Amino acid sequence: MLLIKNGRVIDPATKTDASLDVLLDGEKIKEVGPAGKVAVPQGTEVFDASELIVAPGFIDLHAHLREPGQESSETIETGTRAAARGGFTAVCCMPNTRPVNDNASVTRFILDRAKAGGSVRVWPIGAASVGSKGEAIAEIAGMKEAGIVAVSDDGKPIATAKLTRQVMDYCRSLDLPVIEHSEDVSLAAGAVMREGVTSTRLGLRGMPAAAESVCVTRDVQLAELTGARLHVAHLSAKASLEQVRWAKSRGLRVSCEVTPHHFTLIDEDVQYDSKFKMNPPLAAREDREELLAGLADGTVDAIATDHAPHEPALKDVEFDRAPFGILGFETALALALEQLVHSGRIPLMRMVELFTAGPARVLGIERKVAASQPSDLTIFSVNHSWTYHLKESPSKSRNSPFDGRAFKGGPIATVVAGRVVHKQ
Amino acid sequence: MSTKFRDLLALEPLTADELGFLLDQSKPFQEIQKHPLKKLATLRGKTVALAFFETSTRTRISFGAAASRLGADTMNLQAEASSLKKGETLLDTVFNLNAMKPDCLVMRHAASGAPHYVARHLDIPVVNAGDGTHEHPSQGLLDALTIRDRLGTIKNLNVTILGDILHSRVARSNIHLLGKFGCKFTLCGPAMWVPRELEKIAPGTPIRCVYRIEGALEGADVIMMLRVQTERLNDPPLSADDYILLYQLNPERLRRASPKAIVLHPGPINRGIEITPEVADGPQSCVLEQVTNGVAVRMAILYLLISGATETDTHPALQVKSKESANASD
Repeated sequence: MLLIKNGRVIDPATKTDASLDVLLDGEKIKEVGPAGKVAVPQGTEVFDASELIVAPGFIDLHAHLREPGQESSETIETGTRAAARGGFTAVCCMPNTRPVNDNASVTRFILDRAKAGGSVRVWPIGAASVGSKGEAIAEIAGMKEAGIVAVSDDGKPIATAKLTRQVMDYCRSLDLPVIEHSEDVSLAAGAVMREGVTSTRLGLRGMPAAAESVCVTRDVQLAELTGARLHVAHLSAKASLEQVRWAKSRGLRVSCEVTPHHFTLIDEDVQYDSKFKMNPPLAAREDREELLAGLADGTVDAIATDHAPHEPALKDVEFDRAPFGILGFETALALALEQLVHSGRIPLMRMVELFTAGPARVLGIERKVAASQPSDLTIFSVNHSWTYHLKESPSKSRNSPFDGRAFKGGPIATVVAGRVVHKQ
Repeated sequence: MSTKFRDLLALEPLTADELGFLLDQSKPFQEIQKHPLKKLATLRGKTVALAFFETSTRTRISFGAAASRLGADTMNLQAEASSLKKGETLLDTVFNLNAMKPDCLVMRHAASGAPHYVARHLDIPVVNAGDGTHEHPSQGLLDALTIRDRLGTIKNLNVTILGDILHSRVARSNIHLLGKFGCKFTLCGPAMWVPRELEKIAPGTPIRCVYRIEGALEGADVIMMLRVQTERLNDPPLSADDYILLYQLNPERLRRASPKAIVLHPGPINRGIEITPEVADGPQSCVLEQVTNGVAVRMAILYLLISGATETDTHPALQVKSKESANASD
């Protein structure tokens, strides 16, 4: 058994903010009680969490682990080690692997690899269409039986409105969320950053904010038509957030996530350096302001990393030629503390919700610090000074714009199924 | 000013003083172009690598002539002959060129920012000879030199640029250079080529976007034509006839500009599309002077970057000549 003692437990699911001891018995939480009042059997290992926050295990709804197929950029083993360092206890991995995770055998392969070498829980997301090609519906029921938690054609949107409608109908019957990478690909064709003054100044081809919001609008309408659970991935534009707000006001089952890089950086930060290239691209100043408002007022359901490793050989090229995506696991919590909590925009409880109860709700599960719940805990500090050094990352890739950034607060220990998988 | 120009990647970050210095340094090299014997020995023993990853005729020849008139040797890499098609990365190609020990790399590339990216990895000077739709610094300098020769100043002029501004590296370099000397810009063309964002790319410089050529030419001192790239006519699909109807510079339209207005074009010209032959060959056109000045400007750039010279050490062979231009700085 493992006792996490003297920590400040913050659990939005139970509205708890108190100094509590948490006793873990293998896979399950055995008991949660006032500090010093929990009966501890002989031989129990003790983790002193004094001056630390103890939260339910963080869930990342959006990550790319690159296995199978692109193991030179990341593997389930290296990716989940990076996730553990970032405080995540479970990561949802997108299906755009090679081959695409569009059938149960690929799903089982991913889960087998995670079981063999994963540091944290891996929850695969299945493709919505065969090969994510946007033609035929993938074997979603088979994948669900194998263990997927949602479907998505991430990397691109589900190709047509008709297929999106059909996938939504089908997933409603299977009670799975449909996660959409919202992008009108014709509006975004050839673009490498957000369209605006900066793209115009740099001579880089931009995609307008409407490339995202046009697709979100379409999908919200289809969610109303079908009654499906729609989750908008990596939402970046003000107009998209307004659509989600409208959908929620209508009582539709629509949710959304925002990435740390979109609530931290803006298009004006882009230089001719592919570490600033991701899709959706860094948005305008006013978009970021709106995302911050949405994170505060509850419109945004989750913070998700969109951890997208690309090996240096692929990423270290001209800006135009570089693939989209940056690393995200190890800086997510520290950026959330910096941008959201220390800045006074949201209370710590709300931030924890965005990493725990929020994403859990999207997946239709519960995460809380209570007896008989899974022994997944994220233990972090809000005030220790540290610097993110890419060279220390277990990830196989190095594509982060945050190398060398100094932070106040971040992950200290990550507990998955009662085991400490990362400790600072 | 004691600036040492390490690279010449863009005009945007340079100050008016630095830009004026570059123009002044070009003046003596303009004189050289008039001599029967044009070759100097200044950079004898030096090598200039010309790496053109995007096809170019006049800029490549112009840099080549500039190097050779300074006495330097050149190494040529052209896209067709490059190993990029064999899968080599840009950086590997450049490292291989650099291993042959040139003293300067002049590069053109279809990707905006490619010279900035390369310069971060090289310790020899890098000259941007045009990067994607970003900047074309030597073109901006040669245009300014041409304007100063014709109009006597580059200060406080009304400059109208016509055509596909969004995709023009020439327009950006001109805006960043002339804007620092108080010029006002009118950008004119079809709206998809002249987005409103252009009005904000150079804070402090008045830029307005208009969509009718008649208004754009009123009171213009300088009219800059841009080549209508026929490949661009396909994205978005736009009829050449429509373009001619709305935006072709013909003698009648030119009369709306100041009577002393001059017409510049970076070439190559599409006669009968963006400009009529009467205008292209007329007295207000500066097209061929631009080309001549291009060699002078590029000589100055290569001289400054390779010799590491600053304002205080003008080329010795040119000191007599340069005195007359000592006050020519705008």
